[in-house]
Amino acid sequence: MFLINCPYCGERDQQEFKAGGEAHIERPKQPTELSDDEWAEYLFMRKNIKGVQFERWNHAHGCRKWFNMVRDTSNDEIKAIYKMGEKPPSQ
Amino acid sequence: MTKNLRVKSSEYIDETNRISFKFNGKTYHGFKGDTLASALLANDVHLVGRSFKYHRPRGIMTSGSEEPNAIVQVNPGTNRTEPNVRATEVEIYEGLEASSQNCWPSVEFDIGGINNFLSPFFPAGFYYKTFMWPASFWEKYEFFIRHSAGLGKSPTTTDPDIYDHRNVHCDVLVVGAGISGIMAAKNAAKNNFKTLLVEEKNELGGSTIYENNEFNKIDNKAPSEWLKKEIEELKNIKNLEIKTRTSVAAYHQYNYLLARENLTDHLEAKDKTNKIRQRLLKIRAKKVILATGALERPLIFNNNDRPGIMLSSAIKKYSEFYGVACGSKNVFFTNNDSAYESAISLYNKGINVEAIIDIREQSESKIVKKVKEAGIKIYWSHSIVDTTGYKRLNSISIMKLSNDGTSVTGSKISISCDCLGVAGGWTPAVHLYTQSGSKLKFDEEKKVFLPNQNTSEQISVGSCGGDFKIDEIIKNLNKKLKDTLNINETDLDSIKVEIDQENSKRNIWLLPSDKPLGKTKPFVDYQNDATAKDIKLALREGFRSIEHVKRYTTTGMGTDQGKLGNMHALGIIADTAGVKMGELGTTTFRPPYTPLTFGTIVGRNVGKFFDIFRRTPMNDWHVENKAEFENVGQWKRAWYYPINGETMHQAVQRESKAARESAGILDASTLGKIDIQGSDASEFLNRVYTNAWSKLAIGKCRYGLMLNEDGMVYDDGVTTRLGENHYIMTTTTGGAANVLGKLEDYLQTEWPELDVYLTSVTDHYATASLCGPNSKKILKKIIPDLDLSDENFPHMSFKEVNIGSIQCRIMRISFTGEHSYEINVQASYGKDLWEKCIEAGQEFNITPYGTETMHLLRAEKGFIIVGQDTDGTMTPIDLQMDWIVSKKKYDFIGKRSLYRSDTMREDRKQLVGLLTDDPNIVLEEGAQIVSELNQSPIEMLGHVTSSYFSPNLKKSIALAVVRGGKDMMGKKLFVPMENKNINVTVANPVFYDEKNERLNA
Ligand SMILES: [Zn+2]
Repeated sequence: MFLINCPYCGERDQQEFKAGGEAHIERPKQPTELSDDEWAEYLFMRKNIKGVQFERWNHAHGCRKWFNMVRDTSNDEIKAIYKMGEKPPSQ
Repeated sequence: MTKNLRVKSSEYIDETNRISFKFNGKTYHGFKGDTLASALLANDVHLVGRSFKYHRPRGIMTSGSEEPNAIVQVNPGTNRTEPNVRATEVEIYEGLEASSQNCWPSVEFDIGGINNFLSPFFPAGFYYKTFMWPASFWEKYEFFIRHSAGLGKSPTTTDPDIYDHRNVHCDVLVVGAGISGIMAAKNAAKNNFKTLLVEEKNELGGSTIYENNEFNKIDNKAPSEWLKKEIEELKNIKNLEIKTRTSVAAYHQYNYLLARENLTDHLEAKDKTNKIRQRLLKIRAKKVILATGALERPLIFNNNDRPGIMLSSAIKKYSEFYGVACGSKNVFFTNNDSAYESAISLYNKGINVEAIIDIREQSESKIVKKVKEAGIKIYWSHSIVDTTGYKRLNSISIMKLSNDGTSVTGSKISISCDCLGVAGGWTPAVHLYTQSGSKLKFDEEKKVFLPNQNTSEQISVGSCGGDFKIDEIIKNLNKKLKDTLNINETDLDSIKVEIDQENSKRNIWLLPSDKPLGKTKPFVDYQNDATAKDIKLALREGFRSIEHVKRYTTTGMGTDQGKLGNMHALGIIADTAGVKMGELGTTTFRPPYTPLTFGTIVGRNVGKFFDIFRRTPMNDWHVENKAEFENVGQWKRAWYYPINGETMHQAVQRESKAARESAGILDASTLGKIDIQGSDASEFLNRVYTNAWSKLAIGKCRYGLMLNEDGMVYDDGVTTRLGENHYIMTTTTGGAANVLGKLEDYLQTEWPELDVYLTSVTDHYATASLCGPNSKKILKKIIPDLDLSDENFPHMSFKEVNIGSIQCRIMRISFTGEHSYEINVQASYGKDLWEKCIEAGQEFNITPYGTETMHLLRAEKGFIIVGQDTDGTMTPIDLQMDWIVSKKKYDFIGKRSLYRSDTMREDRKQLVGLLTDDPNIVLEEGAQIVSELNQSPIEMLGHVTSSYFSPNLKKSIALAVVRGGKDMMGKKLFVPMENKNINVTVANPVFYDEKNERLNA
């Protein structure tokens, strides 16, 4: 059970949070201009990394804010947490 | 006739407090302070169970939670019965009853014992190999296997006890209150760390508290005396909380641990009532100090499982701590010095020790010399090759061990004995350490897995960290404490330790017999009856991974997770396969460390607290009027209102007719309601709904369909424009939370530039939906001043008015196809509003209807229910709802996906109406639809999603999704059922009032 440091509330139990998949996948601004393949790339393709992964998390049972997390999936170490819109920390 | 083997008064046993208890129906006596195991041993009872596969008689082996054999059913036949309890952990109390498990008809005579004689036919993987074929026979095999196996009986009545959960936060958690744990906790607390010390037993001190080796001294005192003083001092330390009878079950990442605190299991039945039995502690610790100790290893030799064969350390504990001799003629079998301490413990109490069999060539330690002086015979370089005694050990045979330890030579010596203590060295209890995700490393010299790579703020101290002698323990504990707590001095700095140094060790994982391995039974896993030859067989058959060998042989897969024999299994695999143990790795120790009761896991979340439920403000009225309820999400919704013993069908037919003929009223308070405000609210709705919103006038309502980005229908509902920058959105009852979450997600992460604020107001409003041709007259009675003409208050519009002093929002919208009003008031006025409507509607026979009638009425109109007629694979086009998808809007959620090649296929499943040729047959929801009956296999075209008997149309109607259904209007299809094929015809899904004339009636 992770201890997650919500950037708005502080450390809280994992139970209060919802994972939201891979981070930094921007919704295309002009979907109609995209080919089926390009749209499918946005819609379906997600990485499944063993190691350092950038993820979206939501403090669903707290402040309801979305934020980003850098997590090592091999040992679940949370390496960084930063707000939406902020630049990811360089590795 | 039973013997009394209580040999010496012990300070931990209260001999003035005599307790009677029953085991397997027979009454025995023990004393306050005894465990079930110690009390049975004091009565000379060793045979307590049968093994799982061969049903071999088995006795008590240990004195702790690692016990593999003495697994009992506590209080059988009562509502407090509990299976799979270790007799070594049960504290006795007056009236306790316990019985053996896994034996039938009794532990003394067990029919399954025949498996023992058939055992050549029960090798590893026997069940997998034998019962696989023919497959149809499995049910028959299973019956017999289940009958003769089984581990206890689960209770069949409600658990009378209360359980609890508690969150605990501390700076330092110390697990285990042996010498290391006590000194760690003391020093942490003294340095102002908020410290919690947990110990699974009810007394502190671990094994040092009864340490009797006269050659070991701490500050010139016996270690037990020294430690007692330290424990006494704990009482005066602030910041320190001690919990005994508390066992850590799981150690998760980020120093989150679960521990079970046992509060009443040791009490008599009359004292258990109305108290919390067990409490699950959910502990978040900044630092964790593991001081979980070590488990003594057995030795693996032929017939090493007979009742009377025990761990040497257990014999010492029973003697020193409980004052019980485990036998009258004792022998020890060892590869290290610790058996000599046990022998001296017995010798000092005048208990007969026949001999010590030692696989080493010699040892020069003081304790060995003391044994020699006591005149106890030591057989150096010898090994036990066999044992005899079916229900109780009565002799052992020993032979000289070859230099390389792989064979035995010379003549066989037989020694008569009734108790054998085995000492195979020590295994650090690293189970919790590995659960935390930290990694072990094998120490080739000590032959143990030791903590190596920590993943959280933790240290392992004492023997679980690989320090077995008191001097090492104190020295390394001191260093680790200073490092982890960042302190400069401790109480340990000035301690002087003298110890009896042991130099010689000899480790042989599998001891040879004079018989070939195939003819012997060297048990590695006692609970699952896995032997060394099973492990070798698995290797011969090609299994290499330790995880595979474990599953194939079931080694380590019992309720004890193989705490005793796992290391030997690894050692045998390594030796046989010619690899190093360190390369082999170890199997995973999974939580819980010892089993947890279901009660502890669920805590107070039982009965009506099992799940959260929500009731509407009108709920009391529904209950008073005998409504039946259904669960919709977490809501309890009125389902139908039976009168005079009506069936559900009768009630729903009556309610449905009344709603169309005169007036009906539905509690719609559960619909999700989201308040949307901000200067970009219209733009936001444009982006999330498929249709256009910018031109919706203030005071008007519009139905909206929301898609996922993949183009599939996600939710629907009516949204009303309350002001220039203010809307109220309704969602489905079940989808409310998810819709809000999804909208928030887009707002925060994709469109942060939009000025929009979302607030869930579902619980703030109560909603009564008034429908039917007389609904207008009823509303007029309630609000005489409101102009209800179609000109002033047309369909799909909104009014904010007062009923008396109650402010209300009324939407003229309809989910039934009838002239209807949805009246929203502040939740606390909900029941009042409802009663006003019922009263005003009396002259029109206003009929309350539930969710079932609502479903029927909307099905007559062909209105979908998201989640019933859709399943996450339906686009609006599939639903024949093209009209709601804006062609003009540049973008909305899911738009691009509607033009993917897959979503544009003509042969997708599409929503259609179905009419049965026989109007009285009602289809089953979920039934498959086909066009060809003479096919094999028959191609399935789709399935029925909604189906009812319509009282208004006097015929059966259904909605269905059918592949290519759009172009099948009028086509004959079949719904094949178990006994008959039902003929159906594809129809327009709008069955009733196709022209919507009734909306304005
Ligand atoms: Zn938060």
